[in-house]
Amino acid sequence: MQRHLISAADLTRDDAVLILDTAEEMARVADRPIKKLPTLRGRTVVNLFFEDSTRTRISFEAAEKRLSADVINFTAKGSSVSKGESLKDTAQTLEAMGVDAVVIRHGASGAPYRLATSGWIDAAVINAGDGTHQHPTQALLDAFTMRRRLVGRDAGLGQDLAGKRITIVGDVLHSRVARSNVDLLHTLGAEVTLVAPPTLLPVGIETWPCEVSYDLDSTLPKSDAVMMLRVQRERMNAAFFPTEREYSRRYGLDGDRMAKMPEHAIVMHPGPMVRGMEITAEVADSDRCTVVEQVANGVSIRMAVLYLLLGGNEPAVTHSRTTEEK
Amino acid sequence: MSKTLIRGAKVLGGEPQDVLIEAGTIAEVGTGLSAEGAEVVEADGKVLLPGLVDLHTHLREPGREDSETVLTGTRAAASGGYTAVFAMANTFPVADTAGVVEQVWRLGQESGYCDVQPIGAVTVGLEGRKLAELGAMHESAAGVTVFSDDGKCVDDAVIMRRALEYVKAFGGVVAQHAQEPRLTEGAQMNEGVVSAELGLGGWPAVAEESIIARDVLLAEHVGSRVHICHLSTAGSVEIVRWAKSRGIDVTAEVTPHHLLLTDELVRSYNPVYKVNPPLRTERDVMALREALADGTIDIVATDHAPHPHEDKDCEWAAAAMGMVGLETALSVVQETMVDTGLLDWAGVADRMSFKPARIGRATGHGRPVSAGEPANLTLVDTAYRGAVDPAGFASRSRNTPYEGRELPGRVTHTWLRGKATLVDGKLT
Repeated sequence: MQRHLISAADLTRDDAVLILDTAEEMARVADRPIKKLPTLRGRTVVNLFFEDSTRTRISFEAAEKRLSADVINFTAKGSSVSKGESLKDTAQTLEAMGVDAVVIRHGASGAPYRLATSGWIDAAVINAGDGTHQHPTQALLDAFTMRRRLVGRDAGLGQDLAGKRITIVGDVLHSRVARSNVDLLHTLGAEVTLVAPPTLLPVGIETWPCEVSYDLDSTLPKSDAVMMLRVQRERMNAAFFPTEREYSRRYGLDGDRMAKMPEHAIVMHPGPMVRGMEITAEVADSDRCTVVEQVANGVSIRMAVLYLLLGGNEPAVTHSRTTEEK
Repeated sequence: MSKTLIRGAKVLGGEPQDVLIEAGTIAEVGTGLSAEGAEVVEADGKVLLPGLVDLHTHLREPGREDSETVLTGTRAAASGGYTAVFAMANTFPVADTAGVVEQVWRLGQESGYCDVQPIGAVTVGLEGRKLAELGAMHESAAGVTVFSDDGKCVDDAVIMRRALEYVKAFGGVVAQHAQEPRLTEGAQMNEGVVSAELGLGGWPAVAEESIIARDVLLAEHVGSRVHICHLSTAGSVEIVRWAKSRGIDVTAEVTPHHLLLTDELVRSYNPVYKVNPPLRTERDVMALREALADGTIDIVATDHAPHPHEDKDCEWAAAAMGMVGLETALSVVQETMVDTGLLDWAGVADRMSFKPARIGRATGHGRPVSAGEPANLTLVDTAYRGAVDPAGFASRSRNTPYEGRELPGRVTHTWLRGKATLVDGKLT
């Protein structure tokens, strides 16, 4: 494992599988009466959020607390520039308070990379989403969810997602979730297809390790998982698509479309969903939709990442899974 | 009046000759010239060029003296071998009146390190709506002939047409910063493979090329001349090549950084590589070099754009666009054009002195190295090779993309009308 987690593209297959396996161990902690491990006792983690994201911040906070870390939440709305203080100064201020890790969410692509590589601070940096670049823990929790559902909770241990067909639908252009997922799923051996109107695909996408399609209906029958991305209504004002109705007609997932998916296939969404836009209530509330599971899995994945980056060599869970399996 | 004898200099890269400077003028060029009463500079095989002329410099004064002043900028220019620079109009206040251009011009006169020729804004406040008093700026003491809203594109086709027409009355030229504004909203880097991966807003080549195509056609239609600033894409080269073949009076410049660096560097998210127009692809770089060699692109201009450290020591999106360039330009041109065999030193003199002086009508600059000409000269140690150290820059700013990079060539001496402004690499 590296010292920071900046991009899903930085993870090897073995790194990723180790994180997923560790997350399974962490998930068992959640089933205990006392959902807490002493692993990060005495370590301080700051959640440095320059962008609003209650879900991601709470997920990290839950993970940190379950590992007994001391948690500082620093929420700075708007960019560092509008705030008048630079990212560098903010980070250095926090480090001076003795922070071991910085979980950063920032509106500018590359801000976590800068934080980790510019010599501003020594703490470990975990990217909790930067601009339209990367959101690696989201990709990890998505892969974790897929492995559980498509391979199996126990059968999946040590396994990747070889041969699984994953379709990601929606605003790829503005999506850090799509970028992270394409990188990680490719590393894990899955076959990824991106589906979107051409306006919502970036120029230069041809080098990505995935297929691209403009046609959702033909892709659905060949999918083991379909991930719907949030599409902001405001995009239509910039002519990315004509109207909300036309978008959902062509690229939204409704009950009829879901019926075209194979029996075992799941529907995923990173949240927050825009019901009636990219996904109908019927699909969102169906058993095949993993949205709530993804949220629960997010805590396990973030525990695993924090443990592996900060925990050192001590075992995360006192009893090993092999004895538990027996 | 003092005399200087430059002994054994390869004039424009040719056979070693002696050059005698007297009373600010080149008195004699030949071999075995008498050194009597003269201060002797042993050139020892260094290359002697006409003083370089930069058609595109940001001196930042008035308004941003924290990043550069006319004095520090002209010192940087002399260090880089320049004897004349054209100062862009995007200052605070904007150089859109006779008063501001005269102020800049006067500060240049006082600096004594190189001649400063102010560029006037095309439109009031660079806002693209109303023509600035171009005639008044031309008739002022500053004698402005080049007009540009650089930093912003004159995107309104009618305003651009009128500006092109209007400056014909006094032989002016409009230097266009070609950037279609709508296509570049939120643009952070070249749009392509790298921007797709990095999630940074794309600056597509077509945003430059479409404006250039429009403007060469406008120049043809109204029979004016147009100059294209910092041309950066292979497609732009083809459009300018086509326009020249049609007889359209268009000239174009390329920056040193666009001849060397590509958008792959942006993967570091280090804003020192953030510049406008953005660094492009390897294919563009090669096309630009070829176009500079075959004359499609007329000149090298630095787009020297100083920024204070804090404007680059931050996340990419928050950083300012631009790089300093005066003190590294000749080295980059040697690396990309001379050492690659694309241009000889006479070609460098043409692209960095003769032609920019001609485009900007800078009298007394860009003249041949021969008897009777003003002694604006630059001596270059072309055998030198070393790492760029920004700590040694004369510029007030250090935002260079070349820190630590090994580059060839070092300017050792610069003379402005016979007066040494740089001696053995040190400013006088």
